[in-house]
Amino acid sequence: MVSKEEKPKLFRDDGLRHDGRRPDELRPIKMQVGVLKNANGSALVEYGKTRVLAAVYGPREPQPKHISLPYRAILRCRYHMAPFSTHERKSPAPSRREIELSKVIREALEPIVISEMFPRASIDIFIEVLNADGGTRTTSITAASLALADAGIPVRDLVTGVAVGKVDGVIVLDIDEVEDMYGEADMPIAAAPSLGKITLLQLNGVLTPSEFEEALDLAMNGIQEIYKIQREVLKTKYLKAKVEE
Amino acid sequence: MSITPSSDYIIPKLKAETIVSLIRKGVRASGRGLEDFRELDIVTNYIPNADGSAFVKLGNTQVIAGVKLELGTPYPDTPNEGAIVVSAEFVPAASPLFEPGPPDENAIELARVIDRSLREIKAIDLGKLVLIPGKRVWVVWIDIYVLDHDGNLIDASSIATLVALLTARVPKAEVEGEEIRVGKSEYTGPLPMNRKVVTVTIGKIDKIMLVDPDIEEETVLDTKLVIAVSDDERIAGLQKSGMGALDKNEVLKMTELAMKKGKEIIEIVEKSIEASTRGASTEQTARKSREDSEDTDMKGENEEETSQ
Repeated sequence: MVSKEEKPKLFRDDGLRHDGRRPDELRPIKMQVGVLKNANGSALVEYGKTRVLAAVYGPREPQPKHISLPYRAILRCRYHMAPFSTHERKSPAPSRREIELSKVIREALEPIVISEMFPRASIDIFIEVLNADGGTRTTSITAASLALADAGIPVRDLVTGVAVGKVDGVIVLDIDEVEDMYGEADMPIAAAPSLGKITLLQLNGVLTPSEFEEALDLAMNGIQEIYKIQREVLKTKYLKAKVEE
Repeated sequence: MSITPSSDYIIPKLKAETIVSLIRKGVRASGRGLEDFRELDIVTNYIPNADGSAFVKLGNTQVIAGVKLELGTPYPDTPNEGAIVVSAEFVPAASPLFEPGPPDENAIELARVIDRSLREIKAIDLGKLVLIPGKRVWVVWIDIYVLDHDGNLIDASSIATLVALLTARVPKAEVEGEEIRVGKSEYTGPLPMNRKVVTVTIGKIDKIMLVDPDIEEETVLDTKLVIAVSDDERIAGLQKSGMGALDKNEVLKMTELAMKKGKEIIEIVEKSIEASTRGASTEQTARKSREDSEDTDMKGENEEETSQ
């Protein structure tokens, strides 16, 4: 009955988290856009040691053709973890988890893509988790949204993801793998920050209604912070491009 | 790869517009109120060969959940716990939209949402399902079978799963050193449960919330939020499902409504279990002298048989 005997210390004696962060502090975040030559749009995003590559192809003709819709573009989305991205090698075949996450990530992006502009076309989003340290689906959404913008696809807003959690009774922002594994709850959220719309919401774990509200507020603040970096990265790339011309 | 669905259930545009305009007036095409579930029928022990089972009819949606316990090895990170595996089959008999073949993303999502709702809150007392610590444990196989799709598959499946678990029994097993002998249709007692959990799916159109959408309503919803609610009034899981978006206040309103409806559903489940235990008590006493047959709260029962 003592399955969690190897549980590491999640909070240090000074009240900070195991990696030295405050409960409401994000991991160091890095973003780059246009990192691939062939894709129409791409982005590489890091939340701490979690590193995700997203590539967007399209709008283009769907394969096979009959899956197209006459009044809008379809989105095709694949979330995939590289075999070397985890501690134990992950089989490259799609797992049930990856199938579910591909669905919820697509559904998180659907509300912001102005798909009606491209009837019968396909917009393809390929996400590769290169290194996993917690928060891979939310990092993926941040990256995919940047890749869509980089591909020049019209969007209503960006989408930004972050995972909040409950760790040793404390609601914390941007949980990593250790906090996810030994914490009491993991709640990934993605939102279109300017529109104030939540496009992904999941909870694995148990929260009281008041803890849930606290977690939701913490996540929305974190999302605003990450959103600033996203916008900055796009501005830097495209404003610089203009100057160079 | 997940693709924007193209073969969704299609209804005439006029009908869709009528459904939406009625909902905006606070009523539904079926005459239900926005916060009313459809009629819920529960049949316990529907599958005699399963260790626990339930047939659930929610309106015209029909689902069976079957629970089977088999000997297995524990996961390396939880050597002193039994295991749970949840799978869902959307059989082609259930809908013109379902094709034979391996579970699609919707079936996988449904199974994983129900799995998570049970796992983290420890709804099943897995610590009591150990035969030889680190080596042999009971694996609780939960198989959800959708027989007829008329909307809200997740809640119907979650109710069926809870009833099947609450009526499931642990097969008799004798441990002799490393050997385990499992008795044929002999049981040591009910499956040890800690908590009762059901999901409540709330649909949204504009700013309007409604519960238990049928298949026609599902086609007009902006989005849905699935909320797992426990008998101790906590949120045991969440899943936004569908293409739309929600703002923060809508999410809070939805969870509040779900807590209320979840409590009601758990009460209905408890009553149906109570009725079935009473009905089956003569049969059970004939098979084995056991008291507690009226006891619907299975917590702490038969500790002596399963503790190691």
